[in-house]
Amino acid sequence: MNPGTVALTIIFALIGAGALLGLLARGGHQMDLEQWTVGSRGFGLLMVFLLMAGEIYTTFAFLGASGWIYAKGAPALYILAYLPLGQVLAYHLGPAIWQLGRRHGLQTQADFFAYRFGGKALPVLVALIGIAAIIPYLQLQLTGLGIIVELASFDRIGRDPAMLLAGVVIGTFVLISGIRAVAAVSILKDFLMLGVVVTVGLAVPRIHFGGVGAMFARLAETRPDWLVMPGGTAHLGHLWYVTTVIICSLGPIWPHGFAAMFTARSGDTLRRNAVVMPLYNLSLVFIFFVGFAALLLYPKLANGDLSLLTVVRATFPPWFLGIVGGAGALTAMVPAAVLVLTAATLFAKNVFRPLCGRELSDAQVGRLARFIVVCLIAASLGLALTRSTSLVALLLLGYDLVSQFFPGIVLGLFWKPVSRAGVLGGIVAGVLVTAFLVLTGRDPLNGWNAGFLGLVVNFTVTLVVTKWVRAPAPGAALGEAVSAR
Amino acid sequence: MRFPSRRAIFLGLLPFIVLCFSVGWWDRIHPFVLGLPFNLFWMLVGIVFTSLCLALTFRLERNEPPAERDQP
Repeated sequence: MNPGTVALTIIFALIGAGALLGLLARGGHQMDLEQWTVGSRGFGLLMVFLLMAGEIYTTFAFLGASGWIYAKGAPALYILAYLPLGQVLAYHLGPAIWQLGRRHGLQTQADFFAYRFGGKALPVLVALIGIAAIIPYLQLQLTGLGIIVELASFDRIGRDPAMLLAGVVIGTFVLISGIRAVAAVSILKDFLMLGVVVTVGLAVPRIHFGGVGAMFARLAETRPDWLVMPGGTAHLGHLWYVTTVIICSLGPIWPHGFAAMFTARSGDTLRRNAVVMPLYNLSLVFIFFVGFAALLLYPKLANGDLSLLTVVRATFPPWFLGIVGGAGALTAMVPAAVLVLTAATLFAKNVFRPLCGRELSDAQVGRLARFIVVCLIAASLGLALTRSTSLVALLLLGYDLVSQFFPGIVLGLFWKPVSRAGVLGGIVAGVLVTAFLVLTGRDPLNGWNAGFLGLVVNFTVTLVVTKWVRAPAPGAALGEAVSAR
Repeated sequence: MRFPSRRAIFLGLLPFIVLCFSVGWWDRIHPFVLGLPFNLFWMLVGIVFTSLCLALTFRLERNEPPAERDQP
């Protein structure tokens, strides 16, 4: 068999196995909205861990982390820092959010805002910003999948057919098994990814340089500038690092992070998960090794994001490429599935129902959400197939925008007086400031991350408006959400 | 919701100091430790440290009266 056929067969086998796991995940469960979106809040530690690891460890980790090391050097260390630090927040916020979710049947992030602050504009706005942040994220997963499968199959499967196939598979298992599918496919994905990453990260430096230590010794001699910040960049220094790590550590408050929290069986499940999760991020360092190896081996690549696959293709036999391709494809499909599920539920439940059809039952919302799943996958495929690149810039903006929910969430949970008008004003101000800075090319501004500056404005506006406008928030909701110590 | 205790906040702040705020101190190449540049080695230690801090928080909170913990 020629190398392309070997790799291709293995890639298809792994995607097929993932699809099968996703379909079987339904088990005997009745897929009502509650089961579909939050797994009836019955996930134990293992399922929650797999779900969250699946959400965090995306194609960005696979292609982007090595790409950043290759193209920028040490500033990429921020990726190692923000994921563990995000778990500190998840440890404290997760159980509080979970508890409200369980008591009041919250299924989405916008449900949380609707419950805590009431009103119509705020939850709809939160849902729309969440969806706007998710769509480019979704497209990026599909694009990444296309690149991985194309390169790993020695160009036997083109990008476009790969993305189409993946879109159909993702849609099918999300429609049939909901969030259970995501956790189930994660089992295979995490197992493969860990194996691939550790093997590649240790073998590449060993084969080409005689070991990790020898590789870094050579880097310290030939590219010492790359090993410390700002590396190959002009502006990504220490101030940028601190502000960016803080913004990105708010990652657990992405809308799909909320969905994952709500699936947990208990608050302690989330606490235990947060204790273990940082250790999982240690595996990212192996991907960094490959990015550094590529820097020495192929210093003239046009696109740093391809550095990992270029090195792997030149170093390993075809069957291993097949495993990398399959693992890479699943690594895109798992987050894509949870993103599409979250965005569809947000739209059906928190945008469409309050604005257009208050009389919709939960069952109807569930059916509408499934229809939206198909629409969203089609839209993302369209964007990915037309190689729309402007959205990649929007993804970075998405991180900054989602972080603007933080004041509303943390004050809403722990500070009784905070008002709806304050939170609404804060989010609007934070989003405007951030979007202005990013879209006019002012990020970072004198070394400060734009989202961080937006967050500062956001907190200030939230507090000032809360002091000014003492609107009585829904009494019962308040008393429960914020009980005195 | 009950605000995290002072001990819990302190234990949550430590990882931020180690992995984030102190970057100016540890972002350097030498000394190499275990074949890694110092900043990369420091981050690996910091990640394990984060996990330990959260584990300790969990242990401390375990000892609080059950009424204080998640009431369904």
